[in-house]
Amino acid sequence: MGIRFILMVNKQGQTRLAQYYEWLTLEERRALEGEIVRKCLARNEQQCSFVEHRNYKIVYRRYASLFFLVGVDNDENELAILEFIHLLVETMDRHFGNVCELDIMLHLEKAHFMLEEMVMNGCIVETSKANILTPVQLLEKT
Amino acid sequence: MAMHGMRGLSVFISDIRNCQNKEQERQRIDKELGNVRNRFKNEKGLSPYEKKKYVWKMLYIYMLGYDVDFGHMEAVSLISAPKYPEKQVGYIVTSCLLNENHDFLRLAINTVRNDIIGRNETFQCLALTMVGNIGGREFAESLAPDVQKLLLSSSCRPLVRKKAALCLLRLYRKNPDVVNVDGWADRMAQLLDERDLGVLTSSMSLLVALVSNNHEAYWSCLPKCVKTLERLARNQDIPQEYTYYGIPSPWLQVKTMRALQYFPTIEDPYTRRTLFEVLQRILMGTDVVKNVNKNNASHAVLFEALALVMHLDAEKEMMSQCVALLGKFIAVREPNIRYLGLENMTRMLMVTDAQEIIKRHQAQIITSLKDPDISIRRRALDLLYGMCDVTNAKDIVEELLQYLSSADFTMREELSLKAAILAEKFAPDLSWYVDVILQLIDKAGDFISDDIWFRVVQFVTNNDDLQPYAAAKVKEYLEKPAVHETMVKVSAYILGEYSHLLARRPGCSPKEIFGILHEKLPTVSTTTIPILLSAYAKILMHTQPPDQELQSQIWAIFNKYESCIDAEIQQRAVEYFALCQKGAALMDILAEMPKFPERKSSLIKRAEYSEADTAEQSAIKLRAQQQPSNALVVTDQPPANGATSPVPVGPLSLAMVPSMITTEDHTSTDPALSQQNGSLTKVDPQHPSADLLGDLLGPLAIEGPPGATVQSEYNAVSRLEGGPDAVDGSAIVPVEEQRNTVQPIGNIAERFHALCLKDSGVLYEDPYIQIGIKAEWRAHHGRLVLFLGNKNTAPLVSVQALMLPPAHLKMELSLVPDTIPPRAQVQCPLEVVNLRPSRDVAVLDFSYKFGTNMVNVKLRLPAVLNKFLQPIPVPAEEFFPQWRSLSGPPLKLQEVVRGVRPMPLPEMANLLNSFRLMICPGLVSPFI
Repeated sequence: MGIRFILMVNKQGQTRLAQYYEWLTLEERRALEGEIVRKCLARNEQQCSFVEHRNYKIVYRRYASLFFLVGVDNDENELAILEFIHLLVETMDRHFGNVCELDIMLHLEKAHFMLEEMVMNGCIVETSKANILTPVQLLEKT
Repeated sequence: MAMHGMRGLSVFISDIRNCQNKEQERQRIDKELGNVRNRFKNEKGLSPYEKKKYVWKMLYIYMLGYDVDFGHMEAVSLISAPKYPEKQVGYIVTSCLLNENHDFLRLAINTVRNDIIGRNETFQCLALTMVGNIGGREFAESLAPDVQKLLLSSSCRPLVRKKAALCLLRLYRKNPDVVNVDGWADRMAQLLDERDLGVLTSSMSLLVALVSNNHEAYWSCLPKCVKTLERLARNQDIPQEYTYYGIPSPWLQVKTMRALQYFPTIEDPYTRRTLFEVLQRILMGTDVVKNVNKNNASHAVLFEALALVMHLDAEKEMMSQCVALLGKFIAVREPNIRYLGLENMTRMLMVTDAQEIIKRHQAQIITSLKDPDISIRRRALDLLYGMCDVTNAKDIVEELLQYLSSADFTMREELSLKAAILAEKFAPDLSWYVDVILQLIDKAGDFISDDIWFRVVQFVTNNDDLQPYAAAKVKEYLEKPAVHETMVKVSAYILGEYSHLLARRPGCSPKEIFGILHEKLPTVSTTTIPILLSAYAKILMHTQPPDQELQSQIWAIFNKYESCIDAEIQQRAVEYFALCQKGAALMDILAEMPKFPERKSSLIKRAEYSEADTAEQSAIKLRAQQQPSNALVVTDQPPANGATSPVPVGPLSLAMVPSMITTEDHTSTDPALSQQNGSLTKVDPQHPSADLLGDLLGPLAIEGPPGATVQSEYNAVSRLEGGPDAVDGSAIVPVEEQRNTVQPIGNIAERFHALCLKDSGVLYEDPYIQIGIKAEWRAHHGRLVLFLGNKNTAPLVSVQALMLPPAHLKMELSLVPDTIPPRAQVQCPLEVVNLRPSRDVAVLDFSYKFGTNMVNVKLRLPAVLNKFLQPIPVPAEEFFPQWRSLSGPPLKLQEVVRGVRPMPLPEMANLLNSFRLMICPGLVSPFI
């Protein structure tokens, strides 16, 4: 049970952030990102937020031009992951103030850092926004 | 800001962003890669700041999907930088770029350890996070005790301890043999008293991993989980920061309920009552609200509660509440809830008594089968498939058939396979089954695999009263203007065999039937033409009195194909033409095909196989496990002849042979052999029903029914490898596949036979484990390696391998670990010394536990006589002098083997070579 990967992709399908919790080779990553991005971006607002792919699921959510795609095991609680995506976005909002694609691109290290504070080895570590952002703020001071 | 100074990086990122197309992007990246590479190569003493900048660029490029095959060392070296910003980059980039087996990681172990046991909290966190993400065996060996200490330390702050918990989880999952968790039950229980919700969240994940392995050791944690859940559900002492849209950490609630699902029952009455009160509250108190996030979060908790109630399957009252809720969910418009409603209803099928209530929602579920969203359609299909039984099979299959015409292409194959399986499993009568399969072929011919039409042929062949019906039916389909090639195949076969049964009906004279079939010939491919030719030969034979015109027409066709470039077509044309000249003899040779022996439906096998890879217990697997013998009913009765006995309602059954095990053994040698001798050109040994294809398309084996041919070949082989007793005598090798609920993938005997002829391959496979073997032989020594591969994401435990060697073999198996970690492969060398020649076979008694399944198999090892043979080349002129100089048994042995199907000499030679027998060509045998 757990999270296999977290992707942020814009609506042109360009990857803006990728964090994998299981090792995949570059070719595998490329193929996987291509396939799931194609699958998820083709869906409309009336369809559900879950897409079955191979032997796992993608739980995804769209914020303006940015898609958040989370690959999870089949038995993961889908709605909990869906809201975890929103928690991530709210955390980024709190830090950047209404986060946008460019924030994530230009501050990749912070985005990664926030994610590291929230997920480790595919498991959720922390869900308090204040606790997540403390080390990030520490980084800014130094 | 940290990146403010890194102007180069911002410029690079902006450049990438402004690229108009992929080509521009590639050029910009190649330029940057060259630049970074040069910097790393040429300028000694890059400042940590510069290193940091380049390492980020590398990560960026890697993320975009470009190969970055240098600079890993620089990333790792940043870990030992003294300053926080550099160190942080080192840790994060390293854990993104490298995997646990990377050599460079080893270089960092010391630094990482110093950071973990050091006094700097932020360094501790960075180090624990990296090890938690990519830590491998060496990290586990050198760090596990330190991490355990941190997790339990009272002087450590929560921010470190929560990371230590997940770090330990990784080390334990990857290397359960290295991380000692004996006596951890009490510590876990103590951890669960933690007030800090961050530590509690990570500890709960750790608990899930530990409990899933061994729930008995962690009973003491159960009441603590219930207490945690109660605290959350009642919102007692939950800091605002951990409340999400008014709901106390929904993630921790979900995780806690997940942990509880690993305990089989709850015995303590107080804990039980508390838990049920909490669950009741969640079930009844979750309302639909306007705010999407709040609604999702509360339903996340609700669905987990449903899963827990289903798992406990205890309170009747509560169960019916669950079913009622799910019934409501599958009817709502909100797609997420509907999807989850269908998914959970499928899980509900496992629960006793739930099927009947679920059936009431059939109409609603069928509506979802037509939903515009493929995710929902898939769930609906799975649920319909799972809930199907004899009472509703007709309705459900009709729905699936109807849906088939409009279904998207990605689903058609699965849909038609499922419809075919249901039709076979639950057919109220056989003619309905035939109707369904023919409709499937008609509507979705491209998606109908050969197994499906083979299966219908088996049923028709084995049930006499079905034959005229099937023949009339396929004729109707053939008269349609456009017919799928698979339909031509099945029709040709059935009309060839049984169209004479229709001869009195209007429009069914041999000539007319031939006309309908022959019309299709120009439209079909070379694989179908042989079937048509066989059908013509059979129609001709059945034409009484003989029809000169038809005869000359068909002969002309045979004549025409005698020079066909396709060997199979050519051979048939030549042989049928020759046979036709023989008149009465034709009758015997082209007699009706014999009944097929009972086999497990290859469709169901395939369905099981395709499921093997998924972690989830899908409906198919569940059904297969619940009703292991549904696919075939083993009776000792011969098939009903004529219309005397009524067709049984329920699972279909083919004709019977005395014993399952021997049948499997016999038929299974067939593909292995035909692969070896290559005389059946059409056989694809990988194909689940290759043997059947041989039966259908192999009129060359005309000495007798297929079974007999196989039998004699089989004896020829088994004598060489250890006498028929080794296989047939179940006293020596009780193959206990029947008793295990886990079914092997592929045929065990078949795998064994294949391994007798080659030195590496798969010995055994089931959904959880694959046992491969690799062998080297030198004189009377043999060195085998067993590869035990765990195919799952959970470990296999209680692994035991016991050698049962016969008296003539000395065997030494190296230690087999008790646990095989998830997705890991263990190699176990096995030394064999052969003391004297014997045909007895060594047996490996292998067992393991997966979840609640105890699997035990006894596997024959291919350390058979022929492996120890050493061929000696002898020139033809020296053969007889040498032969005569040998005195007699046991030095000299002579045996004449009869009843072997004729095969070309080179193939015979190949077969013998693989037995390690030398062929001495160019001799005229004085023996025969």
